[in-house]
Amino acid sequence: MSRAPRRDAIVIGAGIVGAACARALAKEGLQVTILDAAFAGGGTTAAGMGHLVVMDDSPEQLALTALSLELWRALAGQLPRAVELEHCGTIWVGENAAQMDVVLDKQRVYRGVGIESEILDPGGLAELEPQLRSGLAGGLLVPGDAVLYPPVAALCLLDDARMNGAILREHCAVDEIMECAVRCGTETLEAAVVVNAAGAEAGRLTLGLPIVPRKGHLAITDRYPGFVRHQLVELGYLTSAHVMTSESVAFNVQPRATGQVLVGSSREFVGWNRSTNRDVLRKMLERAVEFMPALARMSVVRSWTGVRPATPDKLPLIGQWTPTPGLWIAAGHEGLGITTSLGTASVLVDLILGRPPVIESAAFSPMRVVSSAAAVAH
Amino acid sequence: MVTIVADGRDVTVPEGTSVAAALLNFGVEVFRHSVTGQDRGPLCGMGICYECRVTIDDVPHRRGCLVPVAEGLQVRTRTEQIV
Repeated sequence: MSRAPRRDAIVIGAGIVGAACARALAKEGLQVTILDAAFAGGGTTAAGMGHLVVMDDSPEQLALTALSLELWRALAGQLPRAVELEHCGTIWVGENAAQMDVVLDKQRVYRGVGIESEILDPGGLAELEPQLRSGLAGGLLVPGDAVLYPPVAALCLLDDARMNGAILREHCAVDEIMECAVRCGTETLEAAVVVNAAGAEAGRLTLGLPIVPRKGHLAITDRYPGFVRHQLVELGYLTSAHVMTSESVAFNVQPRATGQVLVGSSREFVGWNRSTNRDVLRKMLERAVEFMPALARMSVVRSWTGVRPATPDKLPLIGQWTPTPGLWIAAGHEGLGITTSLGTASVLVDLILGRPPVIESAAFSPMRVVSSAAAVAH
Repeated sequence: MVTIVADGRDVTVPEGTSVAAALLNFGVEVFRHSVTGQDRGPLCGMGICYECRVTIDDVPHRRGCLVPVAEGLQVRTRTEQIV
């Protein structure tokens, strides 16, 4: 008679965050099962740019992104070519003197956590990125930032999890999370640890999680090798992305290993509607052309949308969900899930195993945003 | 007759010929490379497959099958970067 195999942990969601968490748990010796309603890396992970970026909206976000970049660097040598990891750096582009004042603050904050950066004057900016329009005020180069191809990165993390004994089940939708168990249709799977890493969908499974879908558009051009060399983001992005208004676009372009140019970005709160908003797409492309006029003569071969899992305070939800015994959350990363997947996994696994995380984690607790009444109700 | 310059060599064809047909008649079969370096050349001849893309007068990714020859047109093949 065969005995059912031991199962210590269930991870819901095989996007990059779930993949990173499953990998970290499996490497600790836990027997992990990963469930995905569709297929691995096919949700928000596949829709994102794959910009590995240190962000400094808050000290907590800075700590998590800086830790994550360190972890990506440590992993870089093990990633196959198909992940298309390129250490291209980020240039934050300033249009005017006021934005260049922001650059000084940004550099000071980065320096505080050991992140190297270099202020560029207009000439320095033009030298590094000759396709940018003239008349810009300068920029801030962050050489440690990088880009990669997110769905393949997620699959690599999953492969590593499976090398450590994890089991991936695709097309297995979780209908309900229970105490130390999940229900998929008529099947109930049990484990002492359940991790909800279902991204934008996480709030559908764990009621009370304050995650709302925030739609974004991206467009990718044909191959124009050498057109852009760094991930370029306008400093105005910091206001456009972080004001919780209904609709915004920002100049945000990325060189791909193929020579293609990935063009973003947009943000909209329109629920689960993922259809292309031609007006927003047009504004996004026009914004890009304002910064790089020659883009207007290039051909876009594809555009698509995705939904970011946004939280009200711009921080992901990482930690225990006390209303449901055994349940942990790793979700709500909005536009930073690719970057912070590794940092999230590090923090979550330490919390699960009762060790102090390498960064202060209280600010990420999913319970921070829940009123006591809502928590009791679920 | 019209003469275009393909990868530095003169190619003379009747007026009204497409760039793709001119190159094929001249023995050029590989117009471009895929991302992984595979050889690619015209397939559909009617602007759908995008396999005949070449750089024409310094504009990359023009479909050779849709552009008629013109005197002195500069055509370059296989200009893509291979990953």
